[in-house]
This record gives sequence, structure tokens and C-alpha cells, in this order.
Amino acid sequence: MIPISAYLIVAAVLFGIGTVGVLISRNMIVVFMCVELMLNAANLALIAFSRALNIMDGHVFVFLALAVAAAEAAVGLAIVLAVYRNRETVNIDRFDMMKW
Amino acid sequence: MSLDVIIFVISAIVAVFGATMMIAQRNAVASVLYLILSLVAQAVLYIQLNALFLAALLIIIYTGAILVLFLFVIMLLNLRGSEELVDKSSSLGRVTKYLVSFLLVLELVFVVRSSFFPSSVGGGVMTSVKSTGFGSVEGVATLLFTRYLYPFELTSILLLAAIVGAVVMAKRERNATAPAPREDNVTEEVKR
Repeated sequence: MIPISAYLIVAAVLFGIGTVGVLISRNMIVVFMCVELMLNAANLALIAFSRALNIMDGHVFVFLALAVAAAEAAVGLAIVLAVYRNRETVNIDRFDMMKW
Repeated sequence: MSLDVIIFVISAIVAVFGATMMIAQRNAVASVLYLILSLVAQAVLYIQLNALFLAALLIIIYTGAILVLFLFVIMLLNLRGSEELVDKSSSLGRVTKYLVSFLLVLELVFVVRSSFFPSSVGGGVMTSVKSTGFGSVEGVATLLFTRYLYPFELTSILLLAAIVGAVVMAKRERNATAPAPREDNVTEEVKR
């Protein structure tokens, strides 16, 4: 059998890649996708722990996290559309109107 | 090597490859497709962990709904891989970004490697599942509608708030001045 730490390391690597993407990407939509990837990495860790502990509560957490991810994507993309209408760009460096 | 290990290694590599290619692509549509590849590989990992229902949900909700939404927005905005979207920070800033992320991964891996898994977690080795219904629709639903009923109902309120928020945010104001033809297209699509 595969040890739980193998799955956790895969989850950690996916989370790290998501972090790199959030930091280096200038495209706001890609930044959103990287956030989704990080959410999924956490989901993978939850499912691995759930399987190792032999209780299914982790599955419920992942289910709820999927619902939150869907809500986040809908609202986030609406924000992207609204900002794009004002700025004609999705370059995240130019989204500084709330910067003091 | 048993079949289990081979499947794990292949799907883990595909998941990491897809994620890496996603952030390396300049074209946003290609990024979405690579993310789908990564998510399908993660669904295989879910199946290996006996989470059959969630593997199906991951594919249906993510690739079927969320990423299609991403594709829609990318095509609405008519984005192309432009020079403007390239990271323009200094080389020191860029190195720092990679370094910080690498340290984060290193830290997480170190925590995983050095953590002590008690015997209730099987000492870190997967034990065989206790019940045959582990990860099935019935198993998840039983928990969802008994112990986690309250959070489940709250999720519906969250989704309602998200729907209202998305509509309010994407709607154009009535007195917006001088709408460009392209803006008109965007609003029409959103309203539909």
C-alpha cells in the first residue's frame, strides 16, 4: 500500500505550484485558476487523511469546499468582468485603484 | 512494483505536470486545458483513496462547470497571450517569488516527513477500509444529512449570496457613458 505521506507530498507540491502561479502570473484569470489549484491540493490532503483515519468526515469537508470553490469562481469572474469593463485589461498590476 | 504504485506514480506525475504547464502557458485557454488535465489526474488519486463519489464530483463540478465558466470569460474578454501580461518585475523579485514558494513546499514536505502518525492513522500506512460503503454516495450523503446538516444548509445560503453577488457585479450601470461596441457584447452575454 502507498503511505499517506506520499499523497500529502503530492498535495504539498501542487499547493506550491499554485503559490508560484499566484505570485508570477500577471493574468488575473490565471491567478484565479491557481487559487482553484491550491484549493484542490488541500482537498487531496483532506481525502488522504480521511482514508487513513477510516472515517468519512473529510469527504464532507471536501464536498463543502467544492461548493465554496464554485461560489468563489462565480463571484471572482464577475469581478474580473466588472474591472475589465473599466480598465480594458486583465493585467493584475493595473488593478491598483484600491491601493492607498 | 504493484499496480497500485504504478497508477499512483503516473497520476501524480500527470497532476504535477499539468499544474506546471498551467502556470508556464501564456495563452489562458491552454492554461485552462492543462488545469483540466491536472484535475483529472487528481480524480484518479481520489479513486485510489476510495473517494469514488468525490472523484465523480470533481470532474463534473470542476471540468464541467467551473472551468467552462473560466473558458467563457476568457472568450468573452477575447484575451490573447499578449506581451503586456508578462511578469515585468526585476530578476531579484522573480527569484524571490520562486524561492519563497520553494521554501513553502520544502517546509510542507519536511512537516509531512517528520510528522508522527499515531496508530489510529495506521502509523502512516493505509489500512484496508472498514466498511464496503466507504466513499460511496450513500456514505457521504448519510453524513451530510445527519451530522453535517447545518453546514450543508448554510452552503445553500452561500451559493445564493454568490449568485446575487455575481449578477450585481457583472451588471453594467444604467448611466454608463459611451459604451464601446465590445463592451456591449460582453454585457449581452452576461445577461443571457
